[in-house]
Amino acid sequence: SQQHVNVISCIRSTDFEVHRNWLAITHSLPVSRWYYENTSEWTLDYPPLFAWFELGLSQVARRFDANMLQVENLNYASPATVLFQRLSVIVTDVVFIYAARECCRCVREPKGSRDVLSRPSFVLAVLLLWNFGLLVVDHIHFQYNGFLFGFLLLSVAKHLQSQHLQGALLFAFLLNLKHIYLYVAPAYGVYLLRSYCFAQDNKDGSVRWSSFSPLRLLALGAIVTSVCALSFGPFIAMGQLPQVLSRLFPFKRGLCHAYWAPNIWALYNVLDKSLAVLGVRLKLLEEAELPPASMTGGLVQEFEHSVLPSVTPAVTLVCTLLSILPAVASIWLRPHGAQGFLRCLLLCALGCFMFGWHVHEKAILIAILPLSILAVESREDAGIFLILTTTGHYSLFPLLFTPAELPIKVVLMLMFTIFSFTALRKLHSAQGSLLHPLEVIYLLGLVAVAIACEVVFPLSPWQQRLPFLPLLVTSVYCAMGVCYAFLRLYASLLLRREEKPKQL
Amino acid sequence: MQTWSLVSICVLLAIIARWGVSLNSYSGAGKPPMFGDYEAQRHWQEVTYNLPIQEWYFNTTNNDLNYWGLDYPPLTAYHSWICAYIAKTINPEWVELHKSRGYESTQHKLFMRMTVLVADLLIYIPAVVLYCLYLTDGSSKKKVSIMFCFLLYPGLILIDYGHFQYNGVSLGFALWGILALGLGWDVLGSMAFSLALNYKQMELYHALPFFCYLLGKCIKTGLIGRGLFLLVRIGVTVLATFALCWLPFLAEPSQAMQVVRRIFPVARGLFEDKVANTWCSLNTLIKIKSILSGDSHFTLCFLFSVPQCHFKVNSSLAFFLFSFQVHEKSILLAALPACLLLNDLPLMALWFLQASTFSMLPLFLKDGLLVPYIVTSLGFLFFSIYLLSALDHCSEDKLRLGAYNKLFYWLPKMDLFYISIAAMVGLSIATAVLIPPPHLPDLFPVLVSTTAFLHFLGTFIHFNVVQFSEPPSRKSQKKSN
Repeated sequence: SQQHVNVISCIRSTDFEVHRNWLAITHSLPVSRWYYENTSEWTLDYPPLFAWFELGLSQVARRFDANMLQVENLNYASPATVLFQRLSVIVTDVVFIYAARECCRCVREPKGSRDVLSRPSFVLAVLLLWNFGLLVVDHIHFQYNGFLFGFLLLSVAKHLQSQHLQGALLFAFLLNLKHIYLYVAPAYGVYLLRSYCFAQDNKDGSVRWSSFSPLRLLALGAIVTSVCALSFGPFIAMGQLPQVLSRLFPFKRGLCHAYWAPNIWALYNVLDKSLAVLGVRLKLLEEAELPPASMTGGLVQEFEHSVLPSVTPAVTLVCTLLSILPAVASIWLRPHGAQGFLRCLLLCALGCFMFGWHVHEKAILIAILPLSILAVESREDAGIFLILTTTGHYSLFPLLFTPAELPIKVVLMLMFTIFSFTALRKLHSAQGSLLHPLEVIYLLGLVAVAIACEVVFPLSPWQQRLPFLPLLVTSVYCAMGVCYAFLRLYASLLLRREEKPKQL
Repeated sequence: MQTWSLVSICVLLAIIARWGVSLNSYSGAGKPPMFGDYEAQRHWQEVTYNLPIQEWYFNTTNNDLNYWGLDYPPLTAYHSWICAYIAKTINPEWVELHKSRGYESTQHKLFMRMTVLVADLLIYIPAVVLYCLYLTDGSSKKKVSIMFCFLLYPGLILIDYGHFQYNGVSLGFALWGILALGLGWDVLGSMAFSLALNYKQMELYHALPFFCYLLGKCIKTGLIGRGLFLLVRIGVTVLATFALCWLPFLAEPSQAMQVVRRIFPVARGLFEDKVANTWCSLNTLIKIKSILSGDSHFTLCFLFSVPQCHFKVNSSLAFFLFSFQVHEKSILLAALPACLLLNDLPLMALWFLQASTFSMLPLFLKDGLLVPYIVTSLGFLFFSIYLLSALDHCSEDKLRLGAYNKLFYWLPKMDLFYISIAAMVGLSIATAVLIPPPHLPDLFPVLVSTTAFLHFLGTFIHFNVVQFSEPPSRKSQKKSN
């Protein structure tokens, strides 16, 4: 019968069609057409290595249902297609599981016997494998983030285990699979240069210029260039590099995604809008002079702010660089070994999230997942983790908006939140409470926001007039939490006492 | 980790499993003119909301009893009425008299699934949690493991959230009854069980043990004095509960009689569909149906079931195996007590529970629930074997065969277990994938029910042996089961 719907595959999103389209493009068209093809609106906008990956997948896809590989079959979604796509995510998650295992091996186990449920490595394993954000984005919403985060976490684990070349290789692969990881590239670059190319430090921790090792630098350079050649090579040879880059970095899209990621610009937009409304009320501004409120309409396009100065891509770039500069400088001047690198990576990820151009809210996961490693080891980091994770995960709620998904996202969120709070509290119970009372109040406020947006609002009369309101409230409220976590993480890096670089 | 957080995480996982199954097809989806149980429940909402109480069980112009007439006791009808009231506020088209027949939409399906989940959350799940935390012994981790496996029992999830029924309500009430009896609150327990009976008449399967236990307790405390007082209190509670539920129908005797006629349809045959009970299996060998007449069927069943008194599993299994007009879903009534045994006899309990899920496979295939069946069965097997270390509990004393040990020592228990699992897997694959030969169109359902029957019979014998081989001191403890 027609309706053999799978437990996990009955809810789909546009990302599903995006990946089906890419399977079709890479399978049916010659390489030279991949980045020019635009029959579908979902053009190929990941780096070439991911395109090769999709090509490989398409060879398997052919056995499930060859029709999905026709480029003209827009929105084709036969049960076999859905099954294949879901299975491909599950199978590639093997990379993530392996990476999680490696990370757990890096965690220090405190002395004394504990039962399995309270060991840091077990807690970390559950926090990684059952991460609400990853489950929701990958398996319900559909992406390959598990696969990609596997590479990231594996690379971090290798650095924690002092196997820097392997870590660099993995990161090079990752960068060529999805260029969003450029967010954390500065951390990698500076750390490898400082702690790997300069083989030794002076006694006070500063750079020993004489210990520079050109061989190591050459090795790193070779790794990066060879991976990039593997990925971009054919396109450079065909002279298509500008076209590929324009597809990868589409700056024609607006400052904010259709749903605002909870970053600084969300707060900036709200400030601008409230000032505009206030100005009109106080008769300081003429309503006709203001540009139409297209931002709150949820459209993705370029436009201007009404009261505050408009923000251009260059401005965001400058802000981002300024925000990550202290962190990067800190690991150059006073490296704290691999732990410092991890902290800097987090700050780069968060900084780019906070100030970047057209940031997607899913990018918060780049900060949440590595933070789990720090959270199981230090009490302060556990507190920051709880705030960042809870707000970050809640900000993903609008991704699942159908009524059928409501119980799933609420239950999964509750499970993860209960587990993370109780497990981390048990782990760090000896050192006092994890959260300040004000922080607890803020998190409880999330519950109120959730009830208001999911239950009260759809049944209220404002549903028709201001449909964008719940999204706005969600992103603004979460933006506050994310900003706070960012500042606290910075404080923990800059105010850290001088410690010997940890050798793990 | 603290118990409450473990318990909440397990309950949340159980809810996810249930909601996951909900998203699949239901019985009779897209199959006019009669559709299936889902349409039956929707129709009862329509009937109870739009018609006056006096017409609910009668064949009138507005109420055609041939199209899914009400055949459960009044509490089901009241529950349908409440659901209909809510349905009306969301979308009146769902319960419009006559016009809403065969109504199907994604919104409506969501609503119906929600009603099942809400009923479970209010009645069944709290009963399970409280039972496992207070009436099982062992460390708190063991209790949570048992609770988790109990909640993951695939048969109930697939029937309630897939096929579509409200078994969680009646089984939940029965469980509340057992819980109350275990804590010594006999009056409350009898009230809970009366509510269960008034929700689904099939709870009669459990009635004998309840009755015998309570009677025994009264006799023990002395028939003159406290015991008699207890007996009177219980009797009054039961009568009051029944009266309250049947109140609108007691005005006229014809009303009450009609309800009774609807909920006990003696006119139907000995078995429906292919059910894993004795009569069905025997039928393949001898055409029993054609030999005996309707009334004598009934007496035969009763004679077979009476000797089994105490042990709930035994009694419900006995009823299932030898009863009249049994539907395969009735195995759920035997499954509930089996879940209660997960603590004492994990291997046999999980074996039986798996077999009971397997016995309903033809029904699941008809409803398009193959994938949920596979996923939930595998999940249940994995978690119960891993968490309960069930495979370790196959030594002779653990299986508690006692004096009958010598009779069965030659049976290779673990091999039997693996063979049976393999057989179930094999038959599942065969039923799902292969096409039966044209002269034996029901080959696979019959094979499934025969295999399941053998399992049930074996479990029946085993549990009987366990019950009768226990030393007397433990017997009084066991009575609380």
